[in-house]
Amino acid sequence: MELAPIFAWIYDLLISLGLSVALADLVSQIGLAVFVFSLLCVLALFLVWWERKISAHIQQRFGPMMTGWHGVFQTVMDALKLLQKEDITPTVADRGVFFWAPVIVFTCAFAAYIVIPFGKGLIVSDLNIGILYIIAITTFTIIGLMMAGWGSNNKYALLGGMRSAAQVVSYEVPLVLSIMGVVMVTGSMSMNDIVAAQSGWAGFRWNIIFQPLGFVIYIIAATAEANRTPFDLPEAEQELVAGFNIEYSGMKFAMFFLAEFVNMFTVSAIATTVFLGGWNGPLLPSWMWFLGKTLAMVFVLMWFRWTFPRLRVDQLMEFAWKVLLPLAFVNIIYVGVLALWLK
Amino acid sequence: MAEELRTEDMTMNMGPQHPSTHGVCRLVLTLDGEVIKDCQPVIGFLHRSIEKMCENRTYAQCIPLMDRFEYCTSMSCNWAFCLAAEKLSDIKVPERGEYLRVIMGELNRIASHLIFVGVTPMDCGALTPFLYTFRERERIMDLFEMTCGQRLTYNYIRIGGVAKDIPPEFIPKCREFLDIFEEKIRDYEKLLVDNPIWIARNKGVGIITPQLVYDYCISGPSARASGVNFDIRKNDPYSIYDRFDFDIPLGTGGDCYDRFNVRVNEMRQSARIVAQALDHLPDGEIRVKVPLKFKPNPGEVYSRRENSRGEMGVYLVSDGSTKPFRIRARGGSFSHLQAVPHIVKGLKIADLVAIFASMDIIMPEIDR
Repeated sequence: MELAPIFAWIYDLLISLGLSVALADLVSQIGLAVFVFSLLCVLALFLVWWERKISAHIQQRFGPMMTGWHGVFQTVMDALKLLQKEDITPTVADRGVFFWAPVIVFTCAFAAYIVIPFGKGLIVSDLNIGILYIIAITTFTIIGLMMAGWGSNNKYALLGGMRSAAQVVSYEVPLVLSIMGVVMVTGSMSMNDIVAAQSGWAGFRWNIIFQPLGFVIYIIAATAEANRTPFDLPEAEQELVAGFNIEYSGMKFAMFFLAEFVNMFTVSAIATTVFLGGWNGPLLPSWMWFLGKTLAMVFVLMWFRWTFPRLRVDQLMEFAWKVLLPLAFVNIIYVGVLALWLK
Repeated sequence: MAEELRTEDMTMNMGPQHPSTHGVCRLVLTLDGEVIKDCQPVIGFLHRSIEKMCENRTYAQCIPLMDRFEYCTSMSCNWAFCLAAEKLSDIKVPERGEYLRVIMGELNRIASHLIFVGVTPMDCGALTPFLYTFRERERIMDLFEMTCGQRLTYNYIRIGGVAKDIPPEFIPKCREFLDIFEEKIRDYEKLLVDNPIWIARNKGVGIITPQLVYDYCISGPSARASGVNFDIRKNDPYSIYDRFDFDIPLGTGGDCYDRFNVRVNEMRQSARIVAQALDHLPDGEIRVKVPLKFKPNPGEVYSRRENSRGEMGVYLVSDGSTKPFRIRARGGSFSHLQAVPHIVKGLKIADLVAIFASMDIIMPEIDR
């Protein structure tokens, strides 16, 4: 069942109740924002549970089993526990920076969803610079991480913050260039246009078919962007204990934690939209296709995490600048040639 | 530029509470960004004065204390102590006792190396192999439990033999384990040894030259990874090791990667020894009668054996009474930790963690 007609029906209902168009727009926009926000919160809770289950099964364990069916309520319980925890601010911390860091990370993680098409017609706002907006807003997360590293006044946190800054500078470049190939073919930065360009041909117009290299580059860079193993250097547990979030406790820690999972969903959603045909698919409603593809991507990222060792900080830089970046340029040249030939 | 940019070195305390210092070791690091300029290990957080406590106990009571000397290889520590006491009073252990000692000692070496093979990738960020190796270690623990009732500190090897005979179901269970073990080792190798990230993290990192091995008295697998062919089981055979057919795996580079591979291959060789010992296990007594108030001949003795971390030596002084006059135990980790600052200078924090793990340093052995 498609969801877009339902929203349209609610909008018509508001109009028929006598609201002016401007007011109805406002109400429906706010309603949509609240809907997306709560959907993501539930998804993040689900993803935490899912990661624990996946890691457990990869490691031949059961994972959480006690709270609810196979431990589905484990994250809810964890969140409740974290809410009750004391919120500690270290005496030597820079209080303002320390307070705002998780807020920025959390907000930026959620703000990216304004332009992501969840299904046919299910988009909060179809900006004409959609993909640029997402790249810009997800980069802001790193400012939050750096603030956390600096504001904590802890050496481990500082190293973690430094690493995250270095990491994002290196990986943002190949990430943008890998998406550039798709923008070149589509001729638009709007997310809806990118999805529409991939429809038809029974899935053979997905960008992954024409640009497999771009997809691989994007996945690698996105893993680094989401701070996942093998690129989880900012919080490398065995080296920096917990990295940038070492001094955070209670709900502030939970905000970092949730933001990490939302970020993971974001990069997977972008991969789905840009490379895997977005919500296009037969039989099932479009939002199911979107969710299914995105969750499959999330699974791949989780699979990475529980299989690979971690790179060292200089190897990470070397890989980004010496391998990924040249490959990204090769991809752009290839896409250019391909586009000319298709014309 | 009017004002020159200035950087400052940072002093960082790594430990005593840190996830990858394998116990409670404190490393005072002087850092230039991520690069280590100086590393100063501080030890003693796990000191339990085992050696002094032994002086107030009878020889039989010392054995459980030696279990705690290094809890990953309790069997070997028992054995090292018993070897010294037996050497002092010329006790001949019966054949079956010797074979059981070898079986338990080598199973314990496998168990200890399994911890290493699990923990080292974990320190490099791969969390999963840890659970896999512990799955296999569990089988060895079960074997120990069915033999002596304990899973970590066994108090099994006694002066003059071993405490109990193995139960009848031990041999089939042990063979079953050996059968699947080779396949499991290949699994670990598939996960790590051919993994490009693992190679990047470990190959050429933390090179120990043979000269450094001699300078710092590095022993065991860490020395053999540098190509130093010295294994007490071959070079100075104790017990009945001269009867078994096994190879000494050697490395060439002396880096973290070789140290890992040497230990993985050592597990294969230990499994070979266990299989041979099971084949030739004779019947008969498991230990000679030794009085409860055992009094060795007065004198002093140093006996050594190949532990999973290096040379485990026990220096024992007896004045002919029921209690040892002085015990001094030596574990490999102490010398290994001393070499770490020498190796890590100029490397990164991530390398320090990898090197620390690859030397298989364990704190109880250092602090005693």
